[in-house]
Amino acid sequence: MGSYYESADLKKFGDIGRHAKALADDFFKYYGNVTGTDGALSKREKALIALAVSHAQKCPYCIDAYTTQCLENGANPDQMMEAVHVAAVMQAGITLVHSVQMQNHLTKLVL
Amino acid sequence: MPAPSRHDFEVLLRRHGMELPPLAIDTLQVNITKLCNQQCRHCHVDASPARREMMSAAGIAKCLEILERNPRIGTLDITGGAPELHPQFDGFVEQASALGKHVMVRHNFTVQLDRHPLSGESKEYLPAFFARHRVEVVSSLPYYQQYFTDTQRGAGVFGKSIEAMKRLNAVGYGIESSGLMLNLVYNPVGPYLPAAQAALEADYKRELKAKFGLSFNRLYTLTNMPINRFRLHLEKTGQLEAYLDKLAAAFNPAAAEGVMCRSLLSVGYDGRIYDCDFNQMLELGSADRGGKPLSIFDFDFDAALGRRIVFGEHCLGCTAGAGSSCGGATA
Repeated sequence: MGSYYESADLKKFGDIGRHAKALADDFFKYYGNVTGTDGALSKREKALIALAVSHAQKCPYCIDAYTTQCLENGANPDQMMEAVHVAAVMQAGITLVHSVQMQNHLTKLVL
Repeated sequence: MPAPSRHDFEVLLRRHGMELPPLAIDTLQVNITKLCNQQCRHCHVDASPARREMMSAAGIAKCLEILERNPRIGTLDITGGAPELHPQFDGFVEQASALGKHVMVRHNFTVQLDRHPLSGESKEYLPAFFARHRVEVVSSLPYYQQYFTDTQRGAGVFGKSIEAMKRLNAVGYGIESSGLMLNLVYNPVGPYLPAAQAALEADYKRELKAKFGLSFNRLYTLTNMPINRFRLHLEKTGQLEAYLDKLAAAFNPAAAEGVMCRSLLSVGYDGRIYDCDFNQMLELGSADRGGKPLSIFDFDFDAALGRRIVFGEHCLGCTAGAGSSCGGATA
């Protein structure tokens, strides 16, 4: 048994269409339309969002892919690191905002 | 017979039903020296302060003669190394300019501030010299920030480049109304494709103006060629195959139509003629239809125009994505 998350496996992403191909085709078309074109957001902005999501979801394939995508769309390491900080601070905020629930329950429990 | 490599450029052209014969010779690009004040990590010339190759005075005279006798060659593009370090550089520019040719110089910004690595001579006169001869200046600046620039071109290069740009702007370079052209060159700081040229040019213009008050005319995006120093880096880091795969997967027929080898000749320091500066560094010399190597010392325009361009795996770099040439994207 080898390791999970082999970097060479990223190239096999297209192979998900080996089964249920129509669904994979739908996905890749949607994926290309969303990430591969300038729209209301530029490709660079989309790549930075995807980089942040990659970190939040802890996907090493996506981190490799979107580090490259960011560079190929003219982003720089300062912008990329700020995007990761957005992901990090959102996760911290999401954790902390749940403390409101704790406070609510605490108020209910404590005399 | 071995199976063709998946990176075989000629196979790729045939698969797309393409042939790429020369269309014109409007530019003579002359690499007059491999001596350089810098030693950039991606340099396809392997240029450095240790190199000593120089075109002879006879070679320069021959290039001028070719320019004079062939009015269809309207542009002289002088490159290196740092061409300004060649002892006959100034005369070459002056005489080509006097012939009415458009003269371009691939200029390291830092050469204005670094003294000549061999003679110690100052090159601070260059902005005024360039302006006097209406030279088009083309200079590498891998990014509008220090990190990428110094990583690729050496510590301190970004700061010197900003100072050198200020000096060029001060004599009118990059200022729209002056007609003095200052064009910048971006290339990725690793094995990835360049960003879209127009968007990146807008970023450079905005950032360089806002942070340093600098102006320039055009930004050219170039792809790193998988040869020499950059190839060695890719091999050492196990990235060569992936980079070649990336370039091959991004093959763009429209970019291929516009490759620069179809409209220029590249001349080596020894007078040999090549299809481009990359072929020159790989010693893939051009030959006429009879197989005779082309040289400036017995130059025949029609024989050169009738040559068959020599392609190789590295040509994938010029045809990937939006394409890459000495004038930037080709598609």
